Amino acid sequence: MSPSVPLQEMIRAIRSARTQCEERGVIQRECAAIRAQFRQADNGGRSHNLAKLLYVHMLGYPAHFGQMECVRMIASPRYSEKRVGYLGAMMLLDEKQDASLLITNSIKNDLSHSNQYVQSLALCTLACMGSAEMCRDLAPEIDRLLRASNSYIKKKAALCAVHIVRKVHELGELFAPAARSLLTEKNHGVLHGAVVLIIELCERNPETLERFRKTVPDLVQIMKGLVLSGYSPEHDVAGISDPFLQVRILRLLRILGHNNEGASDAMNDLLAQVATNTDSTKTVGNAVLYETVLTVLDIKSESGLRVLAVNILGRFLLNNDRNIRYIAMTSLQKIVGTDHNAVQRHRGTIVDCLKDQDASVKRRALELSLALVSATNVRSMMKELLIFLSSCPQELKSHAASGIFNAAERYAPSQRWHIDTILHVLTTAGGDVRDETVPNLIQLITNASELHCYTVHKLYRALLLDISTQSLVQVACWCIGEYGDLLLRGECQETEPVQVTEDDVLDALETVLQSHMSSPATRGFALTATMKLSTRITDNVDRIRSVVSIYGSCIDVELQQRAVEYNALFKKYDHMRAAVLERMPVIEKNSPGHTNGESMGEVKENQASKKPTEPKLLPQPANQVCDLLGLLGGSEETLQPSPSTALGLLTNTPSTAGGNLLDLLGDLEPEPLTPAPLVPVYDKDGVALTLSCEKQSDTAMTVTLTASNSTDSDISSFTLQAAVPKSVKLNMNAPSGDSLPARGAAKVTQMVVLNYQNKVNLKMKIRISYSSRGSTFQDTVQIDTFPGL
Amino acid sequence: MQFMLLFSRQGKLRLQKWYIPLCEKEKKKITRELVQTVLARKPKMCSFLEWRDLKVVYKRYASLYFCCAIEPQDNELITLEIIHRYVELLDKYFGSVCELDIIFNFEKAYFILDEFLLGGEAQETSKKNVLKAIEQADLLQEHRHEYFAVPVY
Repeated sequence: MSPSVPLQEMIRAIRSARTQCEERGVIQRECAAIRAQFRQADNGGRSHNLAKLLYVHMLGYPAHFGQMECVRMIASPRYSEKRVGYLGAMMLLDEKQDASLLITNSIKNDLSHSNQYVQSLALCTLACMGSAEMCRDLAPEIDRLLRASNSYIKKKAALCAVHIVRKVHELGELFAPAARSLLTEKNHGVLHGAVVLIIELCERNPETLERFRKTVPDLVQIMKGLVLSGYSPEHDVAGISDPFLQVRILRLLRILGHNNEGASDAMNDLLAQVATNTDSTKTVGNAVLYETVLTVLDIKSESGLRVLAVNILGRFLLNNDRNIRYIAMTSLQKIVGTDHNAVQRHRGTIVDCLKDQDASVKRRALELSLALVSATNVRSMMKELLIFLSSCPQELKSHAASGIFNAAERYAPSQRWHIDTILHVLTTAGGDVRDETVPNLIQLITNASELHCYTVHKLYRALLLDISTQSLVQVACWCIGEYGDLLLRGECQETEPVQVTEDDVLDALETVLQSHMSSPATRGFALTATMKLSTRITDNVDRIRSVVSIYGSCIDVELQQRAVEYNALFKKYDHMRAAVLERMPVIEKNSPGHTNGESMGEVKENQASKKPTEPKLLPQPANQVCDLLGLLGGSEETLQPSPSTALGLLTNTPSTAGGNLLDLLGDLEPEPLTPAPLVPVYDKDGVALTLSCEKQSDTAMTVTLTASNSTDSDISSFTLQAAVPKSVKLNMNAPSGDSLPARGAAKVTQMVVLNYQNKVNLKMKIRISYSSRGSTFQDTVQIDTFPGL
Repeated sequence: MQFMLLFSRQGKLRLQKWYIPLCEKEKKKITRELVQTVLARKPKMCSFLEWRDLKVVYKRYASLYFCCAIEPQDNELITLEIIHRYVELLDKYFGSVCELDIIFNFEKAYFILDEFLLGGEAQETSKKNVLKAIEQADLLQEHRHEYFAVPVY
């Protein structure tokens, strides 16, 4: 085809412009000329003009004045003009423009044109930018073309039908019969289009899917033909015969075989054949293998085939090509819930991918690593994850941090390890952690009473090094305020003690207080910590008094208010000071989202009925609650988990320090407020199992099994196995651990996800096995009713 | 496929094909951001990225980047093959294609793309058939008999 000289001249002129300004000048002149030409009668150069305009449009300049010209050109009897006109329509008109409706008639006419290349233009344009209205108008035409035309048109009509179905779902019904008959064609283009159409129809309508299941044998035949046939030059790509068609058919088979035994059986052999015979040295072979693996994992395949699929993924993981490693991890992510052990085998390679240079690969490796953390490998995995965190790209930091926290919370082998891990994360990525980290960590620290000395030493050292990470500084201040006396005592079992004086400690807190790196919340923490120390130190109380009175005139209203109240505590209420600033009691373990008032956790403290005597003086902004609740006329009275209305708190849920904070933040999370009831299902020989359920939807439910041991000896190798009736699908997640220490010191929890059609059949049999005192025990229990269902 | 973009190493757009309806402003914004993101990638990196909620597959051929945005359920590796097939078609048509060919004959690049992909999906899996169709259409354009009806004058 001879090039369009006017077009090329213009392109040359634009490209030779040396500055942006010059280019704009050239373009303006050209556009003016084009506009003039549009107004003239037909001069044989219309297609060149429009082409010029389209070039200008691609450079980013406005070209809307060409829309009507496109409409005119499309209606022209000349093929060259139609061609450019339709191209212009696809570039300048989209369904949002009113002018697009004007071409509907032209398209309709061209769809029945005697020349197939004109028909092709119309089909292409309709499939590219057809609006819902246009689709509705022209659907019958497309259906006609699907049935009676040559293969060149049929394949285009099929893809046009796909677009129509995407725009107007109801029209799917119209095309189903034609699609079915297209599967008998020999032409690969038509077959490909037909398969794409059938995929679209089946994805939208489950009934259609049922009907198309009958085609599985035909599809298997076609695939076999492709895989086993000899070299076909027309469709060959690096030894694979028509990979595009193969991939499509595999995808359709996946949809048809999903959740259906019969269909899955019919395709089993074929999938095995494709998986073993496809050459995986080139990308194209791997593309087919990839699709095969996805299909095998998504249908009801035999276990042998499944193992084959996971092995292929394992091979992909070791491939030199980064792209292949990436998709291997994406696929493994999909099955890490169901085939957990199979994926665990590749843990080493996955962890190595954390060190890859590429950000996409790193992201996938992180997701997968977090999913693979379990009770047995938590120490080594965490080490790797912490190394990763110190060098990971910024956009992944906060995700990595929260993933590490979750994993640490579920599988922490000891409290000290847990605290160390959280502190490590705060030092490396403290700026990217979520707000709840601070109260969560504080609660953890209070719970680990033997480690108070160790913790405060570590935090003090961290504070001396760096006060820029707000979350770390806040926790450090809180700890120093609470356990400053342990710091001053100068002895510690777990770690090297520091030799500090009271002045040193107060200096550290004052540095935080005065630094402009500290946020207002942090300064609040520091001030309160300083105040608390007044009861824990002996010599420097006057210094504290003066700090407090200085801040009584601070500009920050929050600090000023605190300082004034602390001042009052020194002056008028000095007799109460010791009681008010006493050591905090152990904070209840609450997970975010549970409001304290309805919490199910065992209440360790006694329920005191006395109302606190101290009237509430102040409003309670979120992060200060921790400290201020120390002032709640608590004295030695333990904090009750019941609403204390006399307190007039802004937050109307009660008082456990960590709980309130978590509650305020918990409002942001869509967790159910009423916790699931905990039902005991087994209790024998000191081993008790309780069950709680949470409905996820009408056909899915998460069951949490909690086991505890009230005997005097430790239990190890504790495992639960579950069986359900055939109509129910079961997925067991990894348990939190496998040992139950004596006397209920810790529990084991395991989550099970059940998918069912019909609640009536829902039953579960659980087999419990464990070793205690050198011998093994086994027992079974049947659960027929599920609470909350 | 949702859209395909071809751009040079300096970020100049050479071809854009959109299969989803978006207004001009949106298209420009997406183009600008995606081009920046892809150009920032280092040479040996993965060809796939997750960008907004789309999967983006890109490959560089000489001085041109071929970039496609696909749906989450699409096969990334076969998309790489689709890109490669398109490059092969251009190469066969122009005879050892280079960026300048695509600049000066952009409308032909579009015509070839439209014979290979329709509505974002591959319509013809045989290279030979695509090239034959283009050839025929070109002939039609040249031929006197391109006047189907009575001449306009």
